[in-house]
Amino acid sequence: MCGTCGCGEDDHITYRKPGDHSILHTHSHDHGDLTHAHPHVHDHSHDHSHAHSHDHDHEHTHTVNLERNILSKNELLAERNRGYFEGMNIVALNLVSSPGSGKTSLLEKTITKIKGKLETAVIEGDQQTLNDANRIEKAGAPVIQINTGNGCHLDALMVNKAMKQLELKQGSILFIENVGNLVCPSLFDLGETKRVVIISVTEGDDKPAKYPTMFETADLCVINKTDLAPYVDFDEERLKATALQVNPRLEFISLSAKTEEGLENWINWLAALKK
Amino acid sequence: MHELSIAMQIIEIVDEESKNHAATGVSAIKLDIGTLSGIEPDALEFAMEEAVKGSIAELAKVYYNYIQAVAVCEECCHEFETHDYFKTCPFCNSLNTSLVKGKELKIAAIDLITN
Repeated sequence: MCGTCGCGEDDHITYRKPGDHSILHTHSHDHGDLTHAHPHVHDHSHDHSHAHSHDHDHEHTHTVNLERNILSKNELLAERNRGYFEGMNIVALNLVSSPGSGKTSLLEKTITKIKGKLETAVIEGDQQTLNDANRIEKAGAPVIQINTGNGCHLDALMVNKAMKQLELKQGSILFIENVGNLVCPSLFDLGETKRVVIISVTEGDDKPAKYPTMFETADLCVINKTDLAPYVDFDEERLKATALQVNPRLEFISLSAKTEEGLENWINWLAALKK
Repeated sequence: MHELSIAMQIIEIVDEESKNHAATGVSAIKLDIGTLSGIEPDALEFAMEEAVKGSIAELAKVYYNYIQAVAVCEECCHEFETHDYFKTCPFCNSLNTSLVKGKELKIAAIDLITN
């Protein structure tokens, strides 16, 4: 059965570049291939508790104390990605948000602004379509689109496969735009340098109260669409106070990707990561 | 519904361990799940029912040990139970607190059947 949608078929994850109508790679069930290093410690306490009275077939039950993290495979692969990024001096950012917060618009503006100063590349995650990848390509950055089918998040293996096809440049910034979802992506480390949660003022200032996990795991919170703030009931200070209760270390940048107000703070934050 | 991904990971690990030990079946899977691990118990239990089907663990009894989240205050060093991420210290009201328990997402043990 498929691990992401439970459909009874193999996963239908595709990796495509803009203009590509063929499917570059079909993700079949080979999750284990890259992680067969078996780093976990087997605590073999074979206490042969002959629970089943010794009758005919001499069947034994024994307990294996695994104490193993369920997400250990993802975490191991995420660390490999992280090591690759470090070795290549790449800053990788995992951008998470609800659908429609303006992640792609912010990326378009960012790519245009830092063109010539910093190399960028983008991994786009969506359930369907090449729409976002096409927008990013127009903005001028190499991009690969992961379509997760029914999957609700990206994982480290998807990023590992996608980045191999991107031919990342040394010293570049890699933006990984996660599937629009404030819940599931929080659990899956991709190997990113920093995690950025994006929220738009139209979503309401109680988002961190409703979806604390995402704010707890993020390093930076970008508050987008500030040009719309006068038209909606959005209390920026209340949002910050709530988010800080969940994560006292969270940083904030308010901006409007549309009007570019505050965009320089975001660009400066990116530039500081490259130092 | 990331719980299904989690359930599939559990079965993948159990399957691997069964092969390593030449087991013919799995009679129990014991899970440690923290109350702030990001897992919805009902969703995970439902996903596990589906995930075990057709696997070596099809007949296994799954035990869910939900671990109550506990935070520690970095200012006054008191430990306290918490039910959400808003872990203000009840002793000194500091926000500078961190979880010491409650993020677990672990297979504690499995019972394997061997001949």
